[in-house]
Amino acid sequence: MRKITLSKAVNEALAEEMRHDETVIILGEDVAEAGTPFKVLSGLVEEFGTERVIDTPISEPGFMGIGVGTAMTGMRPVVDLMFGDFIFLIMDQLCNQAAKTHYMSGGKLNVPLVLRTNMGATRRSAAQHSQSLHAIVAHIPGLKVAMPSSAYEAKGLLKTAIRDDNPVVIFEDKLMYQDSAEVPEEEYSIPFGEACIKREGTDITLIGTSSMVQVCEKAAEMLQAEGISTEVIDPRTIVPLDEKTLVESAKKTGRVIVVDEGHQSFGVTSEIASRINEQAFYHLDAPTTRIGAMDVPIPFSPALEDITVPTPERVFEQAKKLVSGELINAA
Amino acid sequence: MSNAKKKVSADDALRMFRQMVRIRTFENNANQLYLSAKMPGLTHMYSGEEAVAVGICEALLPTDKITSTHRGHGHCVAKGADFKAMFCELLGKEEGYCRGKGGSMHIADQSNGNLGANAIVGGSLGIATGAALTSKLKKTGDVAVCFFGDGATAQGLMYEVMNMAALWKLPVIYACENNGYSEYTKTEEIAAGSITARAEAFGIESHQVDGQDVIAVNELSRTLVERARKGEGPFFLELMTYRYHGHHVGDINREYYRAKSEEEDWRENRDPIIRMRAWLIENKYATEAELDELSKEVTEDAEAAVAYALDAPYPDVSEVDMHVYTDIEHVLA
Repeated sequence: MRKITLSKAVNEALAEEMRHDETVIILGEDVAEAGTPFKVLSGLVEEFGTERVIDTPISEPGFMGIGVGTAMTGMRPVVDLMFGDFIFLIMDQLCNQAAKTHYMSGGKLNVPLVLRTNMGATRRSAAQHSQSLHAIVAHIPGLKVAMPSSAYEAKGLLKTAIRDDNPVVIFEDKLMYQDSAEVPEEEYSIPFGEACIKREGTDITLIGTSSMVQVCEKAAEMLQAEGISTEVIDPRTIVPLDEKTLVESAKKTGRVIVVDEGHQSFGVTSEIASRINEQAFYHLDAPTTRIGAMDVPIPFSPALEDITVPTPERVFEQAKKLVSGELINAA
Repeated sequence: MSNAKKKVSADDALRMFRQMVRIRTFENNANQLYLSAKMPGLTHMYSGEEAVAVGICEALLPTDKITSTHRGHGHCVAKGADFKAMFCELLGKEEGYCRGKGGSMHIADQSNGNLGANAIVGGSLGIATGAALTSKLKKTGDVAVCFFGDGATAQGLMYEVMNMAALWKLPVIYACENNGYSEYTKTEEIAAGSITARAEAFGIESHQVDGQDVIAVNELSRTLVERARKGEGPFFLELMTYRYHGHHVGDINREYYRAKSEEEDWRENRDPIIRMRAWLIENKYATEAELDELSKEVTEDAEAAVAYALDAPYPDVSEVDMHVYTDIEHVLA
């Protein structure tokens, strides 16, 4: 099968959906001729014109609000938020308006809007361009949250998001835009709420989101060399969350580590670990543990930044402790 | 009042009068529901500002869009809403416009183009501007009117979306209802300089108009709506008006920020309904008796709707996790 980059996969998903449905538009800063700073959208304005690929001023709340209004009146906007960190600028439009409109109107109004943004540290961009803020959005009922772990997921999830009648936030890892993966030529989409078992195993389950799937897969290879059979699961969407697949795997292996690049406290790792403990407690051989980003703002210096995010080595060490029973003894 | 008899037919004038009376009557009943502890929560009265909503909405088609505010009952009535479904919503009943999930501050009536009241001050400025962008992209000819108060002019969102509306020539009319008070504070204490000049800075044609004169508001609105339809928008209106009640129904002892004599002056000398009534009689569009009969009909209609809503059932508790997502019937199931 052909391999394409995550960036190209996103571009293809948008182009296909824009050809398929003329109500799909793109709104954001430097989305047209510039194709965004990451060049993800290059070429779209040439095909679809400036009426559908709309450059906005640097006014995040403004163009997000306009996006919500277009969605409520028959368009399917894909709003491009240049950095995930800017989500704090649009919280009212996203969380008070988009997320609540369908509910507050008793089901009469819909907001079929996609917010495409990014996440991920280690790009030497420091604290205001490196955050992974998906947990904050996932906390708000009414929003769906997708976290692609490769080019294949990025394309399939984005196509589903654009066709969804609800507001969907997609977090792409900005360090993965140039990573390639196998992506079919033919059209496909990936349903929300269906986790993907990336690797089957019997001794321990690693649940990873976004680029942490790769971290977990690398850790699994290292564990394999030690004779530990590791299952790796990618939830793909955290809202809705495929609890069933996660819990079944926890029951099978009896040991789980949840790995996510958001800050560890009050985050995705806590939520998933808690659900596993509630639903698989009597099947567990060790406490479900979590590895998230360090609870500090992301620092600039490479010497500091690299130690704030989960690494295969840390997951490997933690997994060995779980399997050996060391964590139980420590408790 | 504007000397505009020739431009306004008897039918149009009487319909505007009726709509203003309907709003005032609706609000009087809503206030009574609050004072008699029959309504959950609080509400914000539109009384005194009727000519703004009616003058503008009577210039719109049902397919044109509006966004409304926490003080939104007037816009909702003026855009064509039904008393029963409105009172049901105020009381949290199943037959309310939003099945009781929105309440006073979130009534939406999409069948008449009302995209909803918004309890975030200025929160709907983007939504209205987006509705205008849809109109332009789909070439529907629809105009969007964004109602907001003088208080919302302090929100940054307003300047962001006005900038884009002007750049993209969107068919949106920003209708700033300046009732003199930003919650419990005089507007002059929160707004520096001129409000219309702020819109003019974006190259947006702006008008200040007497918001107590329904014919003046309507005449100007008709002109601007038609021009917006032709792609000459956006426009900005500052409508000078007054709210008779406090910020909300519970804001009763308010002399610390507003004198009773000032309220009396507006109620007695600048009331939009009293003025329109005199104008209709003077121009022989109606007799005193006919207008009394009209008011009586509206009062009976409102009382019947209140009685209906008080007896109407609450939504079943199973609805609590419905309408969170369009495609998941019960999200917690």
